[in-house]
Amino acid sequence: MSWEVVIGLEVHCQINTRTKAFCGCSTRFGAEPNTQTCPVCLGMPGQLPVLNTVAVDKSILTGLAIGAKINLESRFDRKNYFYPDLPKGYQISQFAVPIVEGGHIDIPGKDGEKRIGVTRIHMEEDAGKSMHEGLEAVSHIDLNRSGVPLMEIVSEPDMRSADEAIAYLKQLHQLVRFLEVSGADMEKGQFRCDANVSVRRPGEPLGTRTELKNMNSFRFIKQAIDYEVMRQIEVIEDGGKVVQESRLWDSVKNESRSMRSKEEAHDYRYFPEPDLPPLRVSQEDVDAIRAGMPELPGQLRRRFETEFGLSPYDADVLSQTRELASWYESLVAAHPADPKRCANWMANELLGRLKEAGKEIENSPVSAESLAGLLDRIADNTISGKIAKDVLDAMMESGASADAIIEERGLKQVSDSGAIDAIIREVMAANPEQVEGYRGGKDKLMGFFVGQVMKASRGQANPGVVNQRLKELLKG
Amino acid sequence: MPFSSLSEIKSRLDAGETSAVEVAQLYLGRIAAHNGSLNAFVHIDPAHVLAQAEASDRYRSEHDAPRPLEGLPIAVKDIFCTQDGPTRCCSRILEDFHAPYDAQVITHLKEAGAVLVGKTNMDEFAMGSSTETSAFGPCRNPWDIETIPGGSSGGSAAAVAAALTPAALGTDTGGSIRQPASLTGITGLKPTYGRVSRRGIIAFASSLDQAGAMTRTVKDTAMVTAAISGHDSGDATSVESAPVVDWLGACDVTDMKGLRIGRPKEYFIEGMDAGVRASVEAALEKCRELGAEIIDISLPHTKYAVAAYYVIAPSEASANLSRYDSVRFGHRCDNPEDLLDMYTRSRDEGFGSEVKRRILTGAFALSSGYYDAYYLKAQQVRTLIQQDFIKAFEQVDLIATPTSPITAFKLGEKTDDPLTMYLSDIYTIAVNLAGLPGLSQPCGFVDGMPVGLQWIAPAWREESVLSAASAYEAATEWHSRVPAAFGSDGGES
Repeated sequence: MSWEVVIGLEVHCQINTRTKAFCGCSTRFGAEPNTQTCPVCLGMPGQLPVLNTVAVDKSILTGLAIGAKINLESRFDRKNYFYPDLPKGYQISQFAVPIVEGGHIDIPGKDGEKRIGVTRIHMEEDAGKSMHEGLEAVSHIDLNRSGVPLMEIVSEPDMRSADEAIAYLKQLHQLVRFLEVSGADMEKGQFRCDANVSVRRPGEPLGTRTELKNMNSFRFIKQAIDYEVMRQIEVIEDGGKVVQESRLWDSVKNESRSMRSKEEAHDYRYFPEPDLPPLRVSQEDVDAIRAGMPELPGQLRRRFETEFGLSPYDADVLSQTRELASWYESLVAAHPADPKRCANWMANELLGRLKEAGKEIENSPVSAESLAGLLDRIADNTISGKIAKDVLDAMMESGASADAIIEERGLKQVSDSGAIDAIIREVMAANPEQVEGYRGGKDKLMGFFVGQVMKASRGQANPGVVNQRLKELLKG
Repeated sequence: MPFSSLSEIKSRLDAGETSAVEVAQLYLGRIAAHNGSLNAFVHIDPAHVLAQAEASDRYRSEHDAPRPLEGLPIAVKDIFCTQDGPTRCCSRILEDFHAPYDAQVITHLKEAGAVLVGKTNMDEFAMGSSTETSAFGPCRNPWDIETIPGGSSGGSAAAVAAALTPAALGTDTGGSIRQPASLTGITGLKPTYGRVSRRGIIAFASSLDQAGAMTRTVKDTAMVTAAISGHDSGDATSVESAPVVDWLGACDVTDMKGLRIGRPKEYFIEGMDAGVRASVEAALEKCRELGAEIIDISLPHTKYAVAAYYVIAPSEASANLSRYDSVRFGHRCDNPEDLLDMYTRSRDEGFGSEVKRRILTGAFALSSGYYDAYYLKAQQVRTLIQQDFIKAFEQVDLIATPTSPITAFKLGEKTDDPLTMYLSDIYTIAVNLAGLPGLSQPCGFVDGMPVGLQWIAPAWREESVLSAASAYEAATEWHSRVPAAFGSDGGES
């Protein structure tokens, strides 16, 4: 009998604000420990939180992008627990009434798109960082991260495999970056995932779940879920019972281990944060945020397909990030004649070269206007596509314009039939046997002649004209 | 008695009859003479006090107009963070704490030209009604040093009553300004919640805490309250659009013509001291003579106020006091074995028993399975109490009640009986739960011990309590009485 896997995900996503959630300290990553702190985020006596409204706006934007309901009145609560990297002894979070409820994310699946429900998005503050490794008898605490704003995005238990979970996470990851609400840099801990995993026989009620904590790479998440599914199935098939517990993935040993069971679970003693009044936003504010919402990846992809006639693949590649999409649109604006040529050259030629050079589109040495200049020369037959690739290499190298490189290297394509006829006659004179052969019916020799003529023209002869003139002159 | 009021010092300074340094020296002398018997101050730095007074005199000589509190000595409760000197909230857990910042109200006082006298004694973390839970030992009532001065702002109250300072700041979470003001025969105002910034005031119960003035006259209270009030963008519960009227002007009223005063029947109950009842009834009769109409009203949910308060305040406190974990500052036990040992032993050693009792009560009320029955229920009661007042204020302009059901009791009399102790705040707590302004002023004596009259107004109507209290004060002499041992005769011993 088969097993059905049930997965729900909780993603902690750092909201990219300049300052922390409740004080004016910088959120910059990588500063010297404890240099980005103040009495508020150090939890000093008498200090009070003041809400960063940018974090609110970005949470609302995220909610709108997933079709969720925005609560015009939400509330902050205190989540109480003791830990040295939690200065106040409580975390300010949203428990009873989060700012965003409902919504969904569509993921690609075998049978078209699958809709994954989002339960809620709430705002909270991050804790500091404890460091134990390499220290004896002491621990160190860095409170630079204390008070950095987070969104916790909680999904419904709608995913049925690790692959679906990863697809959901990738969509979400792309979305928050697209909306510019988060840097979502997983290596910097800006996008962290907890997974709730259970298994059941199809049609039966939900099984007991375990929670896999704090994973920050797609690869580990997939490994951890797959491992956990196998572990749970083994436990049940051996006649045992899955214990509700939190488990931590060990990416070195490729296994998970138990952190604490439900019996040891914290009682966080949530209650409304008396230092912050209920958070009220007006419908006008929400509407203004909605009006400023950028086109989302899915919308862009569909528009690129219909408006520019791009293949689904190209449309997908060029809608991956806001930067890519806007670069592509600049390119089309500068070379409006052929959006498909724009897509081919950008997706296949430019991005490949950037990847090799380890560069992002934002710092491409070739601008959209500059690439359009190259495409113009292909369109007006000044150069062939083959030569254009060499020109692009040179442009990447020097940053010079296509015209300058064509001029400097004398790469201008020859389309004048008189000049081409002269070259053809030379080639025919040098290869009488092949001329005989062709005229005797060996049509395949046409390729040989084209090659010879192109070679003699140092690649500059217009291949179309060469073909046409060869056919004419070889007739004899 | 050196001066009768802050206002008197102000006019003498303005007239050039004395200097801020002279005034400061006078009060420092009285503190040196009397603090030993009262234990009202827990920190005094005379050199720093004189330096501030010299700076004030210099300011006065260099500017055309003095600032509102120019050269006036003001003491502050040990709960206000100050960059100068220690801030310990009278707790061992903050034994070595020096705040690197001033509370917003301290900044206001400095900007107004006040001379900060020192830190006054209080119940540890403001948890208490007698100033006996202080880590620095109990404070005593100048009217009888065998009795308590009330609490938690007992040090501020005793210091003002004994004229060791002409004015002081206190905080009031469940009566902690008004009850000690009542028990020491002075005037104290808890402003509307949101009127005064809480930033830099060590939190006890965030939704109830409010700082206020404790002085010898109503006008002095108005003067100090005006200086410390105002919106603070650093305190999200400080109200931006709070109406401000001329509070000093409001104190010029001398009658109560047309004033409708509510007399809530639930505040005149069995078990209250007969002498206290008689004093307050006499005060209401005086108000009638001054032109007021006394109207019997009902605040039906009053009887639940103490219970609701002792769920809400400890719940908030249990979280507010979690930051005293010995990790970044404060008392840390010797040689902790591990993290848990460090937490438990440091907090066990650092907190006194009343603070521990409230942390435990609060943590229990918030815990899973009990939250609905305690915390949530208490919040519902709080709403009902707020509605009681809103309804009452449709009928009357002000409410007058006793401040405390009893006069000052003996030291140690109630320390083993926390429930009886909690009941001494029975008349003040509802005002905090409803967030209203409340003022206590002296209205009589029973066996030589002061009795307080409490005025309660609708939110943001401080001017209304100030006017009524001023009219009553103008018609009575209670406020000018001085405890014999600290008067001009016995004072400079």
